[in-house]
Amino acid sequence: MMGEIILSTMNRSLVYAAPLLLATLGEIYAERAGVLNLGVEGMMMVGALSGFIAAYSTANPWFGVLVGGVVGGLFSLIHAFASVTLRANQTVSGLALTLLGTGLAGTLGRGWEGKMLAVPIRSLPEEVFRSCPGVVRMLFKDTNVLALLGVVFAVTLWFFLFKTRPGLWLRSCGENPAASDALGVNVWAVRYGAIFFGGIMAGLGGAYIAIAYRPSWSSGMTQGMGWLAVALTIFSFWNPLYALVGAYLFGALFHLAFRLQVWIAPEILNSLPYLFPVIALVFVSRFAFRKKIGVPAGLGKPYERGTSE
Amino acid sequence: MLYRISPLVAYTVFFRGAFGSWYAISETLKRTIPLLLVGSGLALAFRAQVLNIGAEGQILFGAVAATWVALFLSPPAGVTLLVMFLLGFLAGAGWALIPAFLKTRFAVNEVLSSLMLNYVAFNVVLYLIAGPWKGKSVRGFTYTDTFPESAWLGTLGMTKVPYFTLFSGIVVAILGYYFLKKTAWGFELRIVGNSPDTARLLGISEERVIFLTMMLSGGLAGFAGVGEVAGIHHLLRHPSHISLGYGYTAIIVAWLARANPLATLLTAFLLGALISGGDALRVSLGIPFQVVSVFNGLILFFLIATERFGHYRVSVRRKVKG
Repeated sequence: MMGEIILSTMNRSLVYAAPLLLATLGEIYAERAGVLNLGVEGMMMVGALSGFIAAYSTANPWFGVLVGGVVGGLFSLIHAFASVTLRANQTVSGLALTLLGTGLAGTLGRGWEGKMLAVPIRSLPEEVFRSCPGVVRMLFKDTNVLALLGVVFAVTLWFFLFKTRPGLWLRSCGENPAASDALGVNVWAVRYGAIFFGGIMAGLGGAYIAIAYRPSWSSGMTQGMGWLAVALTIFSFWNPLYALVGAYLFGALFHLAFRLQVWIAPEILNSLPYLFPVIALVFVSRFAFRKKIGVPAGLGKPYERGTSE
Repeated sequence: MLYRISPLVAYTVFFRGAFGSWYAISETLKRTIPLLLVGSGLALAFRAQVLNIGAEGQILFGAVAATWVALFLSPPAGVTLLVMFLLGFLAGAGWALIPAFLKTRFAVNEVLSSLMLNYVAFNVVLYLIAGPWKGKSVRGFTYTDTFPESAWLGTLGMTKVPYFTLFSGIVVAILGYYFLKKTAWGFELRIVGNSPDTARLLGISEERVIFLTMMLSGGLAGFAGVGEVAGIHHLLRHPSHISLGYGYTAIIVAWLARANPLATLLTAFLLGALISGGDALRVSLGIPFQVVSVFNGLILFFLIATERFGHYRVSVRRKVKG
C-alpha cells in the first residue's frame, strides 16, 4: 500500500514537474552566465500561448512545442538587450518582462480562452513498457516523451556546463566577467546566448503545459510556475542535476498536497506550492552559508569593459 | 489591431475613460488613491534597494484585517474606522515582516519571498470568502456580508472617491519625502541604498533599514487595502476585485517617480489614469484588462533604458573634467 502511494506519487511528479524542470534548467544557464532573469513567468506564458495556437491551427502538437520554444527565446531577447546591451537593472527588467509576457498572453489569448486541443501530445502507450517489471510500468504509466526528455536534458546540460570548455566559458562569465573578457571570451555573446537559451527552455515549459499537461488555453495557466523556477534555481545551487532532484521533489509535494484535499480546504492546499519554496530557500541558504557554496559572483551585475565592479 | 478596432478609436475610448468627464476623472482618482499610498511606501523601500514585490498580498491582508474588525470585532461605532485602519496597517506590516525576517536572518532574496506570499494571501482571501466568512445573506456568491455603515468611508460629493484615503495619500507622499530628506533614519536609508559599503563603514545597521522600509511599505499597503474595502466595496470579495493589481502597478509608480515619494503624487495619478482607461477599453471594446499589464511592462522597459542613457551623460562629463 505504502509502496503504491510512493510509486504513484513519483509517477505523477514526473508529469507535473516537467515544465518546472525545463524552465529551471534554462534559468540556471542564464544565471551561471551572470544574468538574473525574473521574466521566466512571462516567457512561459508567451511560450504557452504561441505553442497552443500553433498546435491548434496545424493539429501538430510537436510543431506547437517548437513554436513555443522559439517564441520564448525571441521574447527573452528583450531582457538580453536591456540587461546586457543597455546594462539596465536586471531585477526590474525581469519584472517588466513578466508583466509584459503575462499581459500579452492575456490580451492576445482572449479569443482562445477555454479552447481545448484536439491533438495533444499523448501519453506513451502501455505496450512500450510491456516487457519491463511492474515497478517500472507503474512509474512510467501515462507519462509522455516530453516529460521524460526533461531527464535527458538535465544530464546533458550538467555535462556541458561542468565537463566541457564552452561550459567553463559560460560559468566564467558569471563568476568574473572581466577576467573572462581578458582571456578572450566574448562575454556579450555568451550572456546573450545564455539568456536566449533560458527563454527557449521557459517557452518549452509553457508549451508543455498548454499542449501536453493540460491541452487547453487559459490565461492563468502557468500559475506562478515561472517564479517557482527562479526559486528552484537557487534551491539547486545552480546545478542541473540538483535541479532534477529538486523539481521532482516539488512535484511530489504538490501531488501529496492534492491528495490531502479530502481533509483540508483546497484554498489552503493551493497556497502550499508557494510556501514550499520559501521554506526551502531558508534551509538552502543556511546550508550554503555553512558550506560556502554560493551565488555566481557576477550575478546581477552588468559588465562594462574598463571598469572593475 | 488584433481586435479589429482601429487604434484611434481605442485611444479615444482610453482617454475618455481616464479624463473625458467628471465621472471619468473620479474613476481615475479612485484608482490613484491605493497607488499613491502603496507607491510612496515602495518608493522608500526601493530607495534603500529593498525590493518589496509583495504589496499585492499586503493590501489583501489589510483588507482582511479591516473585514475582521467591521464584521466580527464590532468595536463602538465611533472608533470602528480608526481600529480598522490601525489593524489594517499592522496586518500589512506584519505580512511584510516575513520577507524582511527571512532576508536579514537567512539571506533569502526578498523579491522571491514577498512575491510568493502574494499567492498565499490571494488563497487566504479565497478561503475566507468561500468558507468561514461567507456571508449569510449571499447564497451562491462568495463574498462576506456587507459592513455596518459605521465602517464605511465618506465620499467626495456625488462621486465614489473616499476623501479620507485621498487626503492620507497626499499627506503620506509629503511626509515620506520629509522623512527621507530631513530625518536621521531617512539619511541612513539613503546611504544603505546608495552604497552598502559606506553604510557598513559608518556603522549603519542594514538590518534595521530593511525592517523599517519593509514595515512602512507593507503597512501603507495594508492601509490602502482597508481603504478599498471600507471606501469602495464595503465587504470582502474576490481578491482580484479588491485590488486590480495595485500592488504590482505601484512598483511602476515608485520606479517612475525614481523612488521619490513626492513624485508619486504625479506618477500615481498617471498610472491611475492608465487603469481607468484600461477599464474603459474592457467595458466598451471588450479588450481584456490584462492590456494594463502590457502597458506597465513597456513603461518599465523604457524607463530603465532611458535611465542608462542618463548615466552615459554623467560619465562623459567626468572624462572632460579629468
